[in-house]
Amino acid sequence: MSLFDIIFYFFAIVTLVSAGIVVFSRNIIYSAFSLLFTFFGVAGIYILLNADFIAVAQLLIYVGGILVLLLFGVMLTNKVISVDIKTGTVQTLPALLLVAMTAGSLCGIFYVTDWKIVQSVPEVSTTTYSLGEMFMTTYLLPFEVASVILLVALIGAVMIARRDKQE
Amino acid sequence: MQVGLTHYLILSAILFSLGIYGVVTRKNAILVLMGIELILNSANINFIAFSRYSGMQLDGQVIAVFVIILAAAEAAVALAIVLNIYQRFKTVNVDEINKLKE
Repeated sequence: MSLFDIIFYFFAIVTLVSAGIVVFSRNIIYSAFSLLFTFFGVAGIYILLNADFIAVAQLLIYVGGILVLLLFGVMLTNKVISVDIKTGTVQTLPALLLVAMTAGSLCGIFYVTDWKIVQSVPEVSTTTYSLGEMFMTTYLLPFEVASVILLVALIGAVMIARRDKQE
Repeated sequence: MQVGLTHYLILSAILFSLGIYGVVTRKNAILVLMGIELILNSANINFIAFSRYSGMQLDGQVIAVFVIILAAAEAAVALAIVLNIYQRFKTVNVDEINKLKE
């Protein structure tokens, strides 16, 4: 077992355990904070897959943006002072069966399939340069559309969130 | 067994299933959103793993960037909607919000 494998299993365990806490914890604050470790673990997995730019973007956007947004949501929609910050669950048993079936079949398919993979990695120092080149050439239209979507989402979120009370 | 493509795919499959479980069972709308983030992250792991094991063609990483962008936009709009629901109904439990119009 090489060092690479050990690091992979470390990040995988961090990701899965904290994702389990997110899903199974009764306390919504615990869920929100263990989501932080899930995002860190996934960023580590990205680094193992030679995706340095995506890993940093993951840290900046998910941890710095989305997680803070979710925490704001938690704080604003629960009475934090009160003890009653637990949340309920519905239909646990059917969901557990469904999810176990999904996970089992997915893992089986992934294991059985004979993937045509290229094991070797060409000598690239960073992916940022080539990613930027691809954004400006092959994927120019989706890139611009994504910027418009971000603008629309920003304006839409502000418009929805602050509604004046005049009715 | 050396870590290869299958390891990453199985990791993302388990993460996906956990996200589905969160979305299906949780009452709190914000925890449903967290489940959606888990699902998007697992999809991203798949994209990047295939990008790495196809000889470092970067198309998968480009798609992953788009997924991150959409996740940010989705989280912002969804949180705004949840805040509005909380102002109106004084709860964010999705099983209690069953009125289209008062």
